[in-house]
Formats: sequence, C-alpha cells, structure tokens
Amino acid sequence: MSAQTEAMPAKASRGASWFKFDARAYTMIGALLSIWVLFSLLHERFLTATNLSNLFLQMSVTSILAIGMVLVIVAGHIDLSVGSLVGLTGGIAAILNVWYDWNTIPVIVVTVAIGAAVGFIQGWIIAYKAVPAFIVTLGGMLVFRGILFGISGSVTIAPLSPSLKSIGQSYTSDPIGWAFGIAGLLLVGFLVLRKRASRLRYGFEVEPLAVSLLRMAVIGVLIIGFVAVMNSYKGIPVPFVMVVVLALLFTFISKNTTFGRQIYAIGGNQEAARLSGINIRRRVLMVFVLCNTLAAIAALVLTARLNAATMNAGQNYELDAIAACVIGGTSLIGGSGTIAGALIGALVMASLDNGMSLMNMESFWQYIVKGGILVLAVYVDIYSRNRRRA
Amino acid sequence: MTAALEMRNITKTFPGVKALDNVTFTVRRGEIHALCGENGAGKSTLMKVLSGLYPAGSYEGEILIDGEVKRFQGIKDAEQAGIAIIYQELALAKDLSIAENLFLGKERARYGIINWERVFKESEKWLREVGLTDVSPETPTGQLGIGKQQQVEIAKALSKNASILILDEPTAALTEQEVAILLGILKEFRRRGVTCIYISHKLNEVFEIADTITVLRDGQTVGTYPTRELTEEKVISLMVGRELKELYPRIESRPGDVVLKVDRYSVLHPTIAGRKVVDNVSFELRKGEILGIAGLMGAGRTELVMSLFGSYPGPSEGRVEIDGKPVKIRSTSHAIKEGLALVSEDRKKYGLVLGMDIKNNVTLASLNRVSSWGVIDLNREVASGNEYIRSLRIKANSAETIVGTLSGGNQQKVVLSKWLMTRPKVLILDEPTRGIDVGAKFEIYNIMNELIRQGVSILMVSSELPELLGMSHRIIVISEGKMTGEFRAEEATQEAIMLAATGGLGT
Repeated sequence: MSAQTEAMPAKASRGASWFKFDARAYTMIGALLSIWVLFSLLHERFLTATNLSNLFLQMSVTSILAIGMVLVIVAGHIDLSVGSLVGLTGGIAAILNVWYDWNTIPVIVVTVAIGAAVGFIQGWIIAYKAVPAFIVTLGGMLVFRGILFGISGSVTIAPLSPSLKSIGQSYTSDPIGWAFGIAGLLLVGFLVLRKRASRLRYGFEVEPLAVSLLRMAVIGVLIIGFVAVMNSYKGIPVPFVMVVVLALLFTFISKNTTFGRQIYAIGGNQEAARLSGINIRRRVLMVFVLCNTLAAIAALVLTARLNAATMNAGQNYELDAIAACVIGGTSLIGGSGTIAGALIGALVMASLDNGMSLMNMESFWQYIVKGGILVLAVYVDIYSRNRRRA
Repeated sequence: MTAALEMRNITKTFPGVKALDNVTFTVRRGEIHALCGENGAGKSTLMKVLSGLYPAGSYEGEILIDGEVKRFQGIKDAEQAGIAIIYQELALAKDLSIAENLFLGKERARYGIINWERVFKESEKWLREVGLTDVSPETPTGQLGIGKQQQVEIAKALSKNASILILDEPTAALTEQEVAILLGILKEFRRRGVTCIYISHKLNEVFEIADTITVLRDGQTVGTYPTRELTEEKVISLMVGRELKELYPRIESRPGDVVLKVDRYSVLHPTIAGRKVVDNVSFELRKGEILGIAGLMGAGRTELVMSLFGSYPGPSEGRVEIDGKPVKIRSTSHAIKEGLALVSEDRKKYGLVLGMDIKNNVTLASLNRVSSWGVIDLNREVASGNEYIRSLRIKANSAETIVGTLSGGNQQKVVLSKWLMTRPKVLILDEPTRGIDVGAKFEIYNIMNELIRQGVSILMVSSELPELLGMSHRIIVISEGKMTGEFRAEEATQEAIMLAATGGLGT
C-alpha cells in the first residue's frame, strides 16, 4: 500500500484518559456507594461485617443468573425461563438428594447436566427454528414450573445432606480466605504487568508505571479490606467465591475468546456478523446452553442455602437477573454489556433488598423502590449517552 | 428582490470541532440550488441548523426567510416557515398506506375520529402534484419501489405547504429511470416557483437541474456560482481543494490465469418457486483483473455476488471453479476459506458492527488469524487494526475508535480492511463507492489498483457507469437476471452498456 503514511493519530488527550477508563463504570460504582452511605446513615448495622457477609451471600444467586443473562442479552435475545429453571433444577437436586439419597457429587453433575440440556433444547428452538427467544423462554417459564409441581407433588423437599447444604451455607476458613486474597493480589499484579509488558513489546503506548502501580494498589486495598471484613465474621461465603470464579471465567470468555467476540458482533449487527462467516445459530445455541447451565448452578446454591426445595423457589428471579444486567449497563438491543457491570447491578439490587429489610420497611416499599431504581438507572444511562453524543 | 432564504455567518461548534465556520448561504426564490461538498464538509450540519434540529442559540449567525429573521426552536417552527427536508433515509411507516403517511401527525379528524373520505381525496390531489397517478392512496408504502416512496415523501412535504424543499442525496438508491422522473418533477416545481435545495454527490444530476451551486469545504463556504460558469472538474477541485488529475486512476495489468470461473450459473428466488433472479450467467475472472458488472438496480447483480459468496437465501445451479477446481460454496465461512471476500452494497447494514471499534471490525472475519485455541491475542489485534489504519489511511484517533463515528469513506475503508485481512484471492465489491465523497473514492480506487498489482482479482458491481468504465478491464452487463453483454474496457461506451442493461442487446 501507499508508502507515505500519516503520522499515527493524535496523541493529545491520551494522558488524561488513563484515569477515565470508563465513565459509566464510575457512575454505577458511585450509585452503589451512595446507596451504602445512605443505608449506613439510616441504620447502624448496615456496614457491619455480619451484614456485609449476608449481603454478598444474598447477591450470589442473582449474580450467577446475571452472568449468563448478560451473554443472552448481548446476543440480542432474552431468557425469561431462568427463574423457573432455578426452581426446577433445585427441585431435582433436592429430590435426588433427599428422596433417593444420592451423594453430593452425582447430584451436582446431574443437575448441571440437566441445566445444559434444557439450554440446548431452548437454544435449538430459538436458533434453528427461529422462534423468538421471548416466546420460547416464556413458554419454558411455565413448563418448568409445571414440571416442578408435577414431580415434587407440590411439597417442600428438605432437609438436604450436610455436604450438599455446605455449597450454600459454608464459609472459607481464615487462612483459605487470606490465600484467596493473596492469589487475587498476585493475579491483579500479574495481569497489569503482563499487559504492560506486551504492549511495550508491540511498541504501543503504555500508561506511566506510577499509574499502573496506583491502580494495583487501589484494587489490592479493596481485596485485602474485603477479606479482612469477611474474616472478622465467619469468612468468605462459599457462594460468593463461586460468583467471583464464574465472573472471572465469563469475563475472560466475553473479552478474550473468539466465541465471546462473535456474540457481541451478533448482537451488534447480525447481518454483518453473518456475512463475516460467523455461524450465528451455533453461537446462539451455545449462549443458551451456558445461560441455563449457570441457572442450574444458581439453583444448587439457592437450594443449599435454604436447605430445602420449595414450590416457588426462583420465582421472578429472571426479572432480578435482567434488572441487574440492565442497571449494569447491558443494552437490551444487544451488542453491549459487561459481566462486571451486571455484578454491580446485582449488588445494587441486593443492597436495596438488604438495607430496606434491615430497616423493617414493608415489602411493598421494596418492590416500589426497586422498580423505580431500575427505570431511573436506564434513564440516567440514556440521558448521559445522549449528552455525550451531542 | 429579497432572497427566499439567507443564512448569514453561521458558525456551529461541537466539542472540539468547528463544524460550520462563518458559512453564508443565499438561495433565490424559485431556483434549484445545489449544495456540494465532501462528506464532513458541513452540508448536513447546515441543513440541521436550517431545519430547526439545532435550535436557535446553539449556533451563531442568523437565518432569514424572505428577508425576515427567524429563530427556530424546533422542527415544527421550521416547518411552519415553509421548510421541508427529505432525508436520504426515507422516513415512511412502511405498513401504513400512502394516505396515512401523507397525513401522519396532522390527520384530517374531528374529535379524534378520522374522516377517511377527506383523507383519500386530499391524498389524490397531492399525489397528482408529484406525478404519482398510477397508485391508489390506500397502497401500503412498503409495497412501492424506492423511487415512488420518494415521490410520496415529496408529496408529504408539499402537503405541509413547503415553500423551500430540501432534498438530501435523493437519488442514492434510485434507478436511472427513477432519477429521470424525480428530476422531471423538480423541474416542474421550479416552473411553479417552488424553491429547492438539492444536496448530491452525483454531479451529473447537479449539472442537469441546478441553477446555482454552492460549494462547502471543511465547514466553510468556498463560493456560490451560477451553474453555467462551472464544469464538473471545476466543482470537484473546489470541493477537494486540489485538482484531481485523473478521476479514475486505472492501471493496465496483464491478467494471469483464470481464478474464478462461473459457468451457466443461476440463482433461484428464495420464496417464489421457479423464479430465477440470476439466469444462466457465465464469466471468467483472471488474476490481477478488475471485472465490472453493470446493470440496472434489481437486475440481479447483488443476488449473483451474494450467491457466489454463499450468503443468498435462495438455491443456485451451475458450476463454479476457483483456481481450476470445482467448488460448491455451502456457507459464507466456506466462501471465505475458498478465498472469496464480499464488500456489500450497504456497509451499515451488512458490513460493520457500528458500535464496535475499528480493530474489532477489522478482525471480525479473520479472528482465527489473531487467536489461538479460541483465545484472542488482544495485542496482536490492536497491531492488525493499526496496520490497516496506516496502510489504508483511515482517519481515526486510534484503532479503538468506534466505527459509527467515522465518515462514510473511512467506514468503507474499515470494511475493506476487514476483507483484506482474510487475504482473499477474489475481492467482490458491491457498489464500493456509494455515498462516499470524491476524495475517498479516489483513495478506494488506488487501493483497488494496489490489490490487483498484488495479484488479487476484483469483481466490481457498480451503478455508476463512469466508475465502471474508468476502473474495469472488462465489463459484463446483467439485465433481468440474464447476461446481455460483455465488453473490453477499450471498446465499452456508456451508451452501449445502457443499451445492454435495458435489455436492448441479446447475446
């Protein structure tokens, strides 16, 4: 191609941009912090280790569902069935464990496999038979709840065996907690420095070392603080450990794999993705398999935490998951959204629930406030986006 | 005599950019006034100021209609002052009838109940005004061709008592006949004293109908001239600010072996049984050659290339050979593996993920080249993005610029980059320069030349005959799905190609 190349694009304004990596992420974190400040002013027990531990436990199920839901929504679809699927797979796990005395490992394997199989069926109808996801999963929502009623005879199934129960109820011991904390620190340090090194190797601009170190220090303080607070109560709740592991895994999938990239492309412009040789049907099918597999994992956590499978377990959880995604910046049109955002969304929802329960507000208020926050979050997002464009 | 419209010293600034810089634009009553300029020159911004989309106060300068200063707070104000804009992307509700579209927002109703008799009667009157007499006002607009939809839009504008009609790239999607009809209507309007502002890249149309031409460049007025004092070359040099020696920098090449051979190829309509959208077409494409495909819109050219690329829904018949080996393309990904690449005619719809950045778009069709075991090497991806930004001279801040914010020409270069990254043997270009400005066009032609030097073969579908004649080494003509002519570049003329395209010549 032509030899004379233009000087590489303007480098001004880059300097300032090291710190504003994502304006909307700051907005969400700011909103979360203001909710926390508000509740801690209104109630002295909100910011205690006990309550924070509860909070992270409570957000776990919604978070796991939201991780899968982000992929579905990014691909331009929706899954209304995950709430009922949590009920159904949780019911199956409890039946196998309580009625048939299955051990924990086989129960987990079979439950997760059922989640994947359900995802395969729903995804196949959506991707290969072109029935809208809204309809397929709305149908699924009714069907799964119905099957749950049928197989369980509409009774609560309890109590679970101690080892299955521990998935939802146990905590890491202090040393293990610290081990996780230190592993997290090392991981952050490794990732930041590796990115820096490889950018240097490719001859790209890098942020000043001080900024990298500062960034690492801030994240490090957060991690250490988190472990210290959790350990001062009972330790890190195991379900939250699962959330972190799944979130890291799926963030990697969404950002660093061809599969993840193609999902974003499909949601952003399906026709362009098709003409770029992407097998859309197969990708969409896979997205539903992942989403419903995560629903089964969430079901295990929920059932174990409640130590029982009930008839209405998981009811409306799909809406919580969708709300968490949307509050976290996932666009319902498809093509954009992050796992980290969805987790913050889930934490916002859980904080509202937790804070209002702590203050003994009547449950009708909780519905109204959560609904209002959902609409407000999207309004603020659209408003700020329009302003940025103008 | 006061001017119908005068825009004085308009300056409009966006954060960081001066989109309009002291622009003055005067239109006399009853004339057709063309507004020319490259993409990004400020034409659209100027029209948005005029239409009230940017309210008074958000820009400096003043607008006078018939000598009277106007301060539009919104589109409604501008409409009341008699200004109507017809945008490039038509804004009709496709499932509603012509009549319903005409009176959208100002339904002829009493107490909220629509008087349909009155609606239809008035509709017929407005449709007659724009020469649309052969359709019933009850027809859903989605069933009309693009040309007729445009006429409905014009009728809609007239029904609002527009005294200044603004057309933004009205012919971008029209066939030759439809263009002729449209230009006829505009000439008729001029006779009746309607003032018209005509924005177009197609200079031949501008010269056919405009009385006066104003050229904008980089947000400034270059000048306003009577059309008879200008030539196309002169306008282009005013637009780009330099003389383009040659519009079409064709290079001679010595074509090598046959790379793509298409033999008695037919494509069936996906839903209408027995209908062939491409009927028995045969051609050969040699290494390092540009083969042009001419024809009217709807002749089956796009269907032909989409089908060759494995992305047309209808089945195909016939034989395709790549490098002498017969292949049956099963899917788009298969086509890419066989060394085909297709730059489609609508880059926003089929080419780009507008919300993604440059590097993500560039690598989208060849992710395997920057990844191993399904994991993308993000640094290698940025490097690829930068490589194409440099080699194709894409104007952007970085590889992380969102493509939706780029100009049309730069977007087209991103699409080209995406396909060049797949290292194609055969690059299919469907309307490669549609809607992009003269400077960017020239750059795209240079890229094409560089590619054939490297031994890539190019199949180019284009509706712009000068471009086909200027760039291709050979040209085939498709008419109603059939091949009706084949020309060597030296012997082809616009007249001969048009004759074949309208079905006048048999083979």
